[in-house]
Amino acid sequence: MEFAELIKTPRVDNVVLHRPFYPAVEGTLCLTGHHLILSSRQDNTEELWHLHSNIDAIDKRFVGSLGTIIIKCKDFRIIQLDIPGMEECLNIASSIEALSTLDSITLMYPFFYRPMFEVIEDGWHSFLPEQEFELYSSATSEWRLSYVNKEFAVCPSYPPIVTVPKSIDDEALRKVATFRHGGRFPVLSYYHKKNGMVIMRSGQPLTGTNGRRCKEDEKLINATLRAGKRGYIIDTRSLNVAQQARAKGGGFEQEAHYPQWRRIHKSIERYHILQESLIKLVEACNDQTHNMDRWLSKLEASNWLTHIKEILTAACLAAQCIDREGASVLIHGTEGTDSTLQVTSLAQIILEPRSRTIRGFEALIEREWLQAGHPFQQRCAQSAYCNTKQKWEAPVFLLFLDCVWQILRQFPCSFEFNENFLIMLFEHAYASQFGTFLGNNESERCKLKLQQKTMSLWSWVNQPGELSKFTNPLFEANNLVIWPSVAPQSLPLWEGIFLRWNRSSKYLDEAYEEMVNIIEYNKELQAKVNILRRQLAELETENGMQESP
Amino acid sequence: MQPSDDVSPTPEPQASWTPLLRARRAALKWAQKSVPGVRGVAGCGPSAQKWPGPRDFLACGQVHKRRPRILMREGGTWGRARAAAPEARYRAVGRADTPRAAGTVKWEVEQVKLLDRFSTSNKSLTGTLYLTATHLLFIDSHQKETWILHHHIASVEKLALTTSGCPLVIQCKNFRTVHFIVPRERDCHDIYNSLLQLSKQAKYEDLYAFSYNPKQNDSERLQGWQLIDLAEEYKRMGVPNSHWQLSDANRDYKICETYPRELYVPRIASKPIIVGSSKFRSKGRFPVLSYYHQDKELNAMANRAAGKGYENEDNYSNIRFQFVGIENIHVMRSSLQKLLEVNGTKGLSVNDFYSGLESSGWLRHIKAVMDAAIFLAKAITVENASVLVHCSDGWDRTSQVCSLGSLLLDSYYRTIKGFMVLIEKDWISFGHKFSERCGHLDGDPKEVSPVFTQFLECVWHLTEQFPQAFEFSEAFLLQIHEHIHSCQFGNFLGNCQKEREELKLKEKTYSLWPFLLEDQKKYLNPLYSSKSHRFTVLEPNTISFNFKFWRNMYHQFDRTLHPRQSVFNIIMNMNEQNEQLEKDIKDLESKIKQRKNKQTDGILTKELLHSVHPESPTLKTSLCFKEQTLLPVNDALRTIEGSSLADNRYSEYAEEFSKSEPAVVSLEYGVARMTC
Repeated sequence: MEFAELIKTPRVDNVVLHRPFYPAVEGTLCLTGHHLILSSRQDNTEELWHLHSNIDAIDKRFVGSLGTIIIKCKDFRIIQLDIPGMEECLNIASSIEALSTLDSITLMYPFFYRPMFEVIEDGWHSFLPEQEFELYSSATSEWRLSYVNKEFAVCPSYPPIVTVPKSIDDEALRKVATFRHGGRFPVLSYYHKKNGMVIMRSGQPLTGTNGRRCKEDEKLINATLRAGKRGYIIDTRSLNVAQQARAKGGGFEQEAHYPQWRRIHKSIERYHILQESLIKLVEACNDQTHNMDRWLSKLEASNWLTHIKEILTAACLAAQCIDREGASVLIHGTEGTDSTLQVTSLAQIILEPRSRTIRGFEALIEREWLQAGHPFQQRCAQSAYCNTKQKWEAPVFLLFLDCVWQILRQFPCSFEFNENFLIMLFEHAYASQFGTFLGNNESERCKLKLQQKTMSLWSWVNQPGELSKFTNPLFEANNLVIWPSVAPQSLPLWEGIFLRWNRSSKYLDEAYEEMVNIIEYNKELQAKVNILRRQLAELETENGMQESP
Repeated sequence: MQPSDDVSPTPEPQASWTPLLRARRAALKWAQKSVPGVRGVAGCGPSAQKWPGPRDFLACGQVHKRRPRILMREGGTWGRARAAAPEARYRAVGRADTPRAAGTVKWEVEQVKLLDRFSTSNKSLTGTLYLTATHLLFIDSHQKETWILHHHIASVEKLALTTSGCPLVIQCKNFRTVHFIVPRERDCHDIYNSLLQLSKQAKYEDLYAFSYNPKQNDSERLQGWQLIDLAEEYKRMGVPNSHWQLSDANRDYKICETYPRELYVPRIASKPIIVGSSKFRSKGRFPVLSYYHQDKELNAMANRAAGKGYENEDNYSNIRFQFVGIENIHVMRSSLQKLLEVNGTKGLSVNDFYSGLESSGWLRHIKAVMDAAIFLAKAITVENASVLVHCSDGWDRTSQVCSLGSLLLDSYYRTIKGFMVLIEKDWISFGHKFSERCGHLDGDPKEVSPVFTQFLECVWHLTEQFPQAFEFSEAFLLQIHEHIHSCQFGNFLGNCQKEREELKLKEKTYSLWPFLLEDQKKYLNPLYSSKSHRFTVLEPNTISFNFKFWRNMYHQFDRTLHPRQSVFNIIMNMNEQNEQLEKDIKDLESKIKQRKNKQTDGILTKELLHSVHPESPTLKTSLCFKEQTLLPVNDALRTIEGSSLADNRYSEYAEEFSKSEPAVVSLEYGVARMTC
C-alpha cells in the first residue's frame, strides 16, 4: 500500500485539538490514507474526522518539544493540533502535506469510499442529456441532439452529446469546431419556452489578426434567429482584452460577418485575479482585530463583491435580452469554460423556475458546469490559503454559488433549496468522498471510469433524509422571472461561507429553527383542520341520511 | 394673542427665519397666556363626515395619517375632484390675496414628473403635485400616492432648468429623496418657496402635533399620555429602596432645568450635597439614577450625570475611569451626511460604496456606542460595579450609552412597551434635546445631529445578532424614527420636560405610544422568544464584520433595492394564520362533539347543517396566503408616505421593459433595466 509509505507515524497520543467555538479536546490522533482522526479517549467517539483533500495549507511551529500544526482547510476553517514530541509532530505534518497533495486522482478518497447508505437512485444517471433534451423537445423542433463528439474528438472539453440547431449537420459542426477556441462550437445552453429564445455558449472565434471567418459558424448561430430578428453576443471580456486576444489567434465576431448580431462586452475577471480576491477576502474575515476602517477597506480591497456584481450584472443582461427583448443570446469569453458558464447558469436561475428547485439546480450544475467542461480539478485544487500561485486555480464556482445566494437572499421564497445546499456544494467541489467533481471534463471522467469506480454526490444528496436538510421551508413555487438588484447596497457579504468559522451562529441557527417550527406547525394545523372538516362533513351527511326517510 | 390662531390648521407660511430662541420665548409667552382646553381646529375633524371633495379634506390639515385610503374613498376619487374644478390646471389658492380659508389645496400642479432616484435613464412617473397645509402629495397616473410631510423635509433644492422642466430635489429626514420635474419654472419656484417656509416652522405651535386630530376625546388623550408611567418603571426596577430614594430637590426645575422633576438619588445624598454636586456639573446635571440592576446579593447601579472635563481621579478614590471615544454631535452629523451622499449616488460601484462607508465613519461610530454600552453592562454584571456615565452635557452620548446598556441588561426593555419606557426614561425625561437634534423648528443647524438615529441603529444591530431576543421588529424602529421627525405627536417636541410642560403638550397634542401599541401587531417580531432570553444579559459580538449597512433604514423608500420577498412578513402572517387555525380546530372539534352527542341522542336538527359553511374562511385565507406574502409591509402608518399596497414589483418591471427595439442595452444601478 502506497499510503503506508507516506504515514511515518500513524498514531500519537495526548494531542490537543483547538477549533473555533468548541472547547479544546485532548485525544489520540490517527492518520489514515485519507483521513485525520482525533478521538478523545474518554468516550471513544471521534471528535474530528477530517479529509486530507480538504487541507489547503499547513503551518507548524514549536515551543520546546511541543509542536503545533495549524491546518487551514479549503472550506476556510482553521484548526490547530498541539502534538507532544518534535519528531511525531514533524512526521504528522509531512504526512498530511503529502497525503493532501496526491498527484494521482485515482488515489483520491472517492476511489476508496464505500457508501454506508443504500443507493436508491444512482446519481450518475439522474441527469442524462437525453432527458434534459426531452424537456425542450415538446416545445420546439428546431433543435437536435448531436453525437458528433462521441469520442471527444471534436471538442475534448464537451460531453459526447450536445444540443445544436436542427438545420446544422455534424459535418458543419466539425468545421465550426476548428473556428472556435478549444473546439467549443456554439451549443444550446437554455431554451426559453415562453418565447422560444435561446442562450447559446461557445469558445471565442479564432479570427486572429487577419480577420478569419467561418461561413458554417455564421450559419450555425444565424440558424437560431427568427426571420428579421436580431440576437446579442455577450462577450465576457472587455473590448480591449478581446482585441488583444486576436494576436494570439483568438478574437471576437466582426460586425461585418455577423450583421444580425449585436455584440456587448461585459468584463468578468478570471483566474489569479479571482483567486487573489478570495485570498484577500478570507484573510480580512479571519482577522478579528481589524478596526472598522480597516475591515471596510480590506473588504473593499478584496474586490470580491465587485466580482459578484459584475457576474450578476452580465447574467441579468443576458436574461433581459431573452425575456424582455425577445432576442437570442450567444455567450462566450475566451475558452468558454468559466465566466461564460457563470453567466449562462445564473441567467437560467433568473429565467427558469425549474432551476430554482433542488433537482433543477442539480441538473443545472450537471449541464452547465460538469458536462459543459468547467475544469473543477484545476480550479478547485487550492483554496484561500494556497501560496503557490498557479494560473489555473480560481474560485469561479464559488463565485457562482455566491451569486445564487445573493438572488436567494432577495427572493427567499422562490428557491426550493436553502443556503446549506449551496454551502454543501462548495465543500464538495473542493473536497469530497464522491466522484462528481473529479476531473476537468467528461472526457477525463470517462477515462477515470468515475461512474463505475466512485459514487455520485447526487446519489447521496437525493435521499429523502439528506434532502430535508437542504430544503427551504419557505419555498412556494414562483413561475415568474426574478430580477435581482445589483446595487452594492443589495449585495452583502455571504456570511454563511466567509464568517462561518469566525463567529458563533448559535442565535441565528435557533431563530432559523424557530421559523421552521412555525412553518411546520402551520402545515400540521392545516392538515388537522382538513381532517376535522371532512369528519364533520361526513357526520352531517350521515345525519342527513338518517333524517330523510 | 388668540390661541386658536396659533393652532390654525393652515398657518400662514412664515417668511422670516425666526431664530430658535425667539420662537421659544414666544412659545413660552403663548403658553402662559393660553387657556387650557380651548383649541381651534376650525373646519376640520368632524367636518370629515360631509366631504365636499378631497381638496377640502387635504387642506384642512387633518389628514388622518393612519387611514388615508379609507378617508380617500369617502371623499370620492381624484378624477372626480379634478372634474369638479376643470379650470384648475394650476391653482394658487390660499395665497395672500385669497382668504385663508380652510378647505383648499394651496397648490396643485399637473404634469409633474417624479424621477426614479437611481435611474440613469431618467425614467419617470407623471402625475399631479398637491401642496396642502401639512403634506406635499404626488399622485401618479396609476393613482399611487406619495405623501411627504412638510416636517420631514430636510432640504429642498432647485436645480438648473432642463428641457423637460425645472428639477426640484427634496431630501427628507426619514431618508426619502424625491426628484420632481415641474414643467414651468414659475410653478417650481413657487413650490420651492412654499416648501422652504412650510418645512421650517418658527414656533412649536405651528407644528403638526398642535393641529393633528385623531378624533379622540380629552380623556382618551390623557389616558394615552398616562400609558407610559416612569414612576411605575422605577418601582419595577426596585427603587426606592434602602440605598436609593426619590429626591424632590428638582421639584421646580430649580437645580437642573433639563432634568425631570422626579429624580432618584442615593439616600446619603442630602439636598446640600445635591446642590453642591449640581454646581460642579455642567448645566447642573448632577449624578442621578438611570437604571437599577437587581442582581444577586450585590446591587449594581448605572447612573448618569454631566460634566465638562472629567473628574480628578485623586478625588474619587474607589472609582475607576474608563474613557470611551464616542464622537460629538458635530462629527456624527457630518458622518451621516457623508453616508447619505455615498448611498445616494447613481450608479454606485461596490468599491465606492465601501470606501464611502469607511470614510463616512458611520459604522465606526455605531461600533463605538455599542462598545461603550457593552462595557457598561459588563461592569455591572461581571464586576458588580456601579457605573457613572457622562459626556459633556449628558444628554446625547450619555443617553445612548445608558439606554443601550439598559437594553443589554434588562429584557423588559426588549419588549414593545419596555422599549417605549426606555425611550421615555433615558431620552425624553432626561432631556435629550429632540427638537434641536431633529431640527423641528427653524433653528441652529449645528444643533442637529442623528444621535437618536444612532441609538436605533445600535438596537437594530442587536436585533440582527439576537433575532429572538426582541419582541419588536425593525418596522417598530423605523416607525419610531419616522415620528421623532414627524412632529405629529407631542412626545418628541421640546428639548426637556420643563419645556414640554410649558408647551402644555399633554393638553394640546397626542402621545405616540398608544397609537403604536394599538397597532403593535405590525411591529411584533414573529420569532420572539420571551422565555429563552428572559433573564439573559445580551453580549453582542462587536468584531467589525458584524456591523452592516442598514439598508432598510437608509433606503427604506427605495423599494427597488430591497429583497422582493420578505421572510419576516411571511412568518408574521403564518403566526397569525396559526392562531386562526387553532381557533378553527377548537370550533370544529366542538361541532363534531356536538354532532356526535346529538347523533347518539338521536336528535337531529337541520339548523346545524347550515351553520357550517362548506368553505370555511380559513381555507380561503390559506388560498390567498401566497399573494399576501408578496406584498410589501402592510403598514398603514407608512403607507401614507408612499408605499402603496399595489406596489407590486413585477408589474413595475413589466411596465419598464415593454419598450420597443433598443438601440443600446445597458445595465443600470439597482435593477437590470433596458434603455432606449
